[in-house]
Amino acid sequence: MKAAIITFPGSNCDRDSGDAIKKLNGDVKNIWYKDNHINNDIDLIILPGGFSYGDYLRSGALASVAPIINEVKRHAKRGVHIIGICNGFQILTEIGLLKGALIRNKNLKFICRQVALKVCNDNSKFTSSFYNDQIINIPIANMDGNYFADSDILKYHEDNNNIALKYCSNNGDINQDSNPNGSVNNIAAIFDNSKKIMGMMPHPERAIGFNDYGSDGINIFSNIG
Amino acid sequence: MKVRIYISLKKGVLDTQGKAIENLLVKDFNYNNISNICQGKFIDINIDEVDKAKIKDIVDNICDKFLVNKVIEDYNFEIIS
Repeated sequence: MKAAIITFPGSNCDRDSGDAIKKLNGDVKNIWYKDNHINNDIDLIILPGGFSYGDYLRSGALASVAPIINEVKRHAKRGVHIIGICNGFQILTEIGLLKGALIRNKNLKFICRQVALKVCNDNSKFTSSFYNDQIINIPIANMDGNYFADSDILKYHEDNNNIALKYCSNNGDINQDSNPNGSVNNIAAIFDNSKKIMGMMPHPERAIGFNDYGSDGINIFSNIG
Repeated sequence: MKVRIYISLKKGVLDTQGKAIENLLVKDFNYNNISNICQGKFIDINIDEVDKAKIKDIVDNICDKFLVNKVIEDYNFEIIS
């Protein structure tokens, strides 16, 4: 697997994302936000977590018009797999490659902890290591992680089976008690219609067997390429 | 002309910051006659243009392209000088 990992000013999970790819014996190509080319032999583009441009204006807004974004859009059209993690998810919604938006957490706090997630669609390379309704554990670390979509967008997601992961309790209950940040319908991750672009607030690169967060996260990357 | 663009969350989008400010003012400062606080932002811009229609075009354009996320935000503007 060859993965291009884009570093924006303020990204801080680019190196961890690289560690995840290297653990799978993949090749990492580090891309700077001012670069204007990503090679066509790439299997995956990662928009990593962090606070690109200090979250000025809106989280992900300034990164969405960075020079490298034209290449992200070009590869999206080519069908290259793209994952946006946390701030990367915010950037993908700002670009318009994913529908909806991320707003301030309901409790106004930065939340950094392990969460349980229910797999809602295992029919993608990002989720095919899991099975539907499986409960997995991946940590979150966000301030603007509250996924918002109006009723039209929600219907669109449901009609196209675009919901990838939902926050749940350790028993799998999906309700307000198991919703850490106020996300509509407990949504933690969504796809585009092709299921080749995924945005997720939890950090899979922090759950690859290097710490107490477990190793479920590595499976998000393991079927690409 | 100097233009002030006001950006606020759309109706139906939870305004957590407005809610927190309201809770504080009502519960901690006992302003019982205060309600419905919304937090937004404004952006001041100088535009080298005097034609109001052209100014509106420019403002609409930059809001559509960049300043406003229409999934969650509304905007309006006024010419202030």
